[in-house]
Amino acid sequence: MPSISRDEVAHLARLARLAVTEDELDLFAGQLDVILQAVARVGELATSDVPPTSHAVPLTNVFREDVLRPGLRQQQALAGAPAAEAGRFRVPRILGEE
Amino acid sequence: MNDLIRSTAAELAAQIHAGEVSAVEVTQAHLDRIAQVDTAVHAFLHVDTEGALAAARKVDADRVAGQQPASALAGVPLALKDVLTTEGVPTTCGSKMLEGWIPPYDATVTRRLREAGVVILGKTNMDEFAMGSSTENSAYGPTHNPWDLDRIPGGSGGGSSAALAAFESPLSIGTDTGGSIRQPGSVTGTVGVKPTYGTVSRYGLVAFSSSLDQAGPCARTVLDAALLHEVIGGHDPLDSTSIDRPLPPVVAAARQGADGDLSGVRIGVVREFAGEGYQAGVLASFTAAVDQLRALGAEIVEVSCPSFTYALSAYYLIAPSEASSNLARFDAMRYGLRVGGDDPSLSAEDVMSLTREAGFGAEVKRRIMIGTYALSSGYYDAYYGSAQKVRTLITRDFDAAFEQVDVLVSPTTPTTAFKIGERVDDPMAMYLSDLCTIPSNLAGNASLSVPSGLAEEDGLPVGLQIMAPAMEDHRMYRVAAAYEVARDAAQGGPLIHRVPEVSV
Amino acid sequence: MTRVADLMDYAEVVERFDPVLGLEVHVELSTNTKMFCGCPTTFGAEPNTQVCPTCLGLPGALPAVNGKAVESAIRIGLALNCEIAAWCRFARKNYFYPDQPKNFQTSQYDEPIAFNGYLDVVLEDGEVFRVDIERAHMEEDTGKSLHVGGATGRIHGADYSLLDYNRAGVPLIEIVTKPLEGAGERAPEVAKAYVSALRDLLRALDVSDVRMDQGSLRCDANVSLKPKGQAEFGTRTETKNVNSLRSVERAVRFEMCRQGAVLAEGGRIVQETRHFDESSGSTSAGRTKETAEDYRYFPEPDLAPVAPSTEWVEELRATLPELPWERLKRIQGDWQLTDAELRDLVNAGAVDLIAATVDAGSSPAEARRWWVAYLTQQANTRGIELVELSITPVQVARVIELVNGGSLTNTMAKDVVDGVLAGEGSPDEVVEGRGLKVVSDDSALEAAVDEALAAQPDVAEKIRSGKVQAAGAIVGAVMKATKGQADAKKVRDLVIARCGG
Repeated sequence: MPSISRDEVAHLARLARLAVTEDELDLFAGQLDVILQAVARVGELATSDVPPTSHAVPLTNVFREDVLRPGLRQQQALAGAPAAEAGRFRVPRILGEE
Repeated sequence: MNDLIRSTAAELAAQIHAGEVSAVEVTQAHLDRIAQVDTAVHAFLHVDTEGALAAARKVDADRVAGQQPASALAGVPLALKDVLTTEGVPTTCGSKMLEGWIPPYDATVTRRLREAGVVILGKTNMDEFAMGSSTENSAYGPTHNPWDLDRIPGGSGGGSSAALAAFESPLSIGTDTGGSIRQPGSVTGTVGVKPTYGTVSRYGLVAFSSSLDQAGPCARTVLDAALLHEVIGGHDPLDSTSIDRPLPPVVAAARQGADGDLSGVRIGVVREFAGEGYQAGVLASFTAAVDQLRALGAEIVEVSCPSFTYALSAYYLIAPSEASSNLARFDAMRYGLRVGGDDPSLSAEDVMSLTREAGFGAEVKRRIMIGTYALSSGYYDAYYGSAQKVRTLITRDFDAAFEQVDVLVSPTTPTTAFKIGERVDDPMAMYLSDLCTIPSNLAGNASLSVPSGLAEEDGLPVGLQIMAPAMEDHRMYRVAAAYEVARDAAQGGPLIHRVPEVSV
Repeated sequence: MTRVADLMDYAEVVERFDPVLGLEVHVELSTNTKMFCGCPTTFGAEPNTQVCPTCLGLPGALPAVNGKAVESAIRIGLALNCEIAAWCRFARKNYFYPDQPKNFQTSQYDEPIAFNGYLDVVLEDGEVFRVDIERAHMEEDTGKSLHVGGATGRIHGADYSLLDYNRAGVPLIEIVTKPLEGAGERAPEVAKAYVSALRDLLRALDVSDVRMDQGSLRCDANVSLKPKGQAEFGTRTETKNVNSLRSVERAVRFEMCRQGAVLAEGGRIVQETRHFDESSGSTSAGRTKETAEDYRYFPEPDLAPVAPSTEWVEELRATLPELPWERLKRIQGDWQLTDAELRDLVNAGAVDLIAATVDAGSSPAEARRWWVAYLTQQANTRGIELVELSITPVQVARVIELVNGGSLTNTMAKDVVDGVLAGEGSPDEVVEGRGLKVVSDDSALEAAVDEALAAQPDVAEKIRSGKVQAAGAIVGAVMKATKGQADAKKVRDLVIARCGG
């Protein structure tokens, strides 16, 4: 089924926040096409009467008590941050959703 | 070669606990070995000399104070795959993205090791975020196979397997999403175990594919693996997919197996895992191993699992899909690499994209894009949805097979260790390394690889894979331990002693 | 500055179009800990002090579901007359945004915990509007960002941003209505009444602080118009984070008028999120996206499915408190009110006050009389809500008790209430302080009666001759002489007795 174009790779890269290069667009377009062609054969076996499996072990209702658990101190939380200010993570300006 | 570094973990523990040798001496011997050979092997990304010696001193002090050992492995050194968090010790997952990241918390596996008095020597090399079968995808350069330094040690846990084969550590921890413990074990002549999904906590294991990842023990003997399995396994409320039941009795099973009697045990040979694409020496070693199992009294049955041939395809949809989501958190905002942060004209979105482009290697990007594609609206049903249905069919095949037999066997991987660089430009060829190991990840059952000898054509190690039903891990330990004894007897000593001395 | 939108006259909008509403309400649960980790949820803490590896999205950390939050979700679902899913999963909603530590939100997608319910909403004139509920599902809140620099301090034009993840992971229940049709010109009112009724319900369930000002209850309003007679819906806009009940009504009304003007000019409504501005009462367009967002939902592999047993659901159903509308129905019966009387009490905000006064021992009729008559008048005079008067239901009940016991007359009781409202203390303290005591000393009263009769001999004669109704003049004089501190009925009896009646 798939035939992945450069444009589609570019779209996927945008969705995945990867600033891919022009060379990578070509490379990945070819490789993704081969891989997706190969794996598409799952469709041969997957008929509508087969239920999907999302979890390897069939557990249900695994709940935690609503009890406080010690977390991190502010300094620990920020220790790995590329930049911090006033007890907060400092990040480049955010393009608004609103 | 120093006897201490050639000893098994069980032997070292016995000597340490008896006071015949100190944990510090044992630790120092291994640190010396690492210093001697790791420039050539490159199994380690970080050696925690001070932390290791401190842990060893604590074990010695406790013994002098008359306390019981914290565990059966107290004082024994271990190499930890760099995908498990270690408080205060760098954790990189083999990625530039996390270069220099020091986690503020321990993974549950790490915590259990520390509490058991196991001495963590350092963090081992791996394919970036555990994506790969050769450790060539590490951002910090490949690890070399001690059997032939020009060859790959398997992946993603190549550092953990190479550390064992190079006698840098008697024990190591790996993680197995599609075979990343068993395939490296196979190509380095060591034992690698993927426990039943849900029996070793994933808390602090940096996720690749959450529904498939499982940490497990790696060692040079089946008993050592079992001892380590019992240290790291068991229920953990911090992992909601953790099974709240007692761990299968794997140490007892390994000891029982060492008696060398498998009468009454039914073993199924998976028909689909043979033929085209399998190296002749691998198939020959496998056939010899099956004969040996029969000689030990086991009943051998051929079993068909037709949907297993679709496992690779299902895996290369499910794992990348989950990975595309799991790896979204690496975005330059809270930790890790940030590219372009000094340029005020760039938005957060720009910096995220530039950082992810620079911080991830080609294989990681490739899988993120496959996963992004497979989950997209319009493609979900054909790809991710269908893969999950195949997963159901594979589980059904296992269920049907385990109605007939106690364990299943196959080669661990179709070929012996290939040359570094041989498959880097051909992702599909690389993916075939995991052909036989993937079904157990998809079904969540237990599976291990035990060395079955050397391939005639290249003299490189071959692995025998033994698969057991979920929560029946002890069955495969028993069979593996029995086989190990028979193999060593037939081949005139432990296979691992035939590894050539590393030329530095 | 953005151009001020053209607006159509509201009367014309509702004459030409049928509005269709869709309301999405996010409720922060008041659990001790977050949805998926053991961090506290308290509002207003120092930044990044209520965080752990899980809610910071650190590599390797895993979620674990707060059982109490699931319980709250099921109780909310039951109170909204929903079906509870026998089996459902969490799902990951994938999108990159810096306030979201994992760059996916753990939410529910096609398998919500509760679905297919309704909430009957009573409008001010008593009309009942049934709001159909599509679903209620569990998810987690995001962190908060602070935008620094630039002219406005708002997100646009900021130099950089600062992130605090204390709120990240706080349990949220999202309650989504089905498209609401048929409200016509009352659509803005219905929107407001729905959010208000939902707030009362959640408060009664004791599952959330429901503070719109603190963001523990947030509403997004979807509005579209379709020309009268047309079957298919028009394009909708989603107005985000409307932060008060009044704003809900204003935002819906504004969008109706704005969209009406666009459509009348032959324009096209752009499907977009819009931002409500409290000060101007208008909405403005957010960033338009070139393509529809693809969230790539899939079942959350780190969490086990939720499969509430019938027994558990029934156990939780038994814990539901009396729901606000059931309580009103009961009160109407207990207090013997007509629909109109009940509605007046509800609209005046008097129901809870009267009920509390009744609980403190007064009869419903007396409690009601005080609150709807004298006290409503006092509130009106002061220009405040009834509930804001500085007198408690317990104090009102005490006043009523003093009257019934004969220690206060009705006139004196009003004095006492005035004293309480003036901050002179409790009713008993006011009685003491103002010297308000019914004159019950018989000899003193008799003397006062005799004095009054002597002062008006012609009236006294009339009474003696049988014209009992003339006694009123004497009673009035006695009351005046005793400064109202006598029991008028008793005085009247005495007057008649003294005149040989």
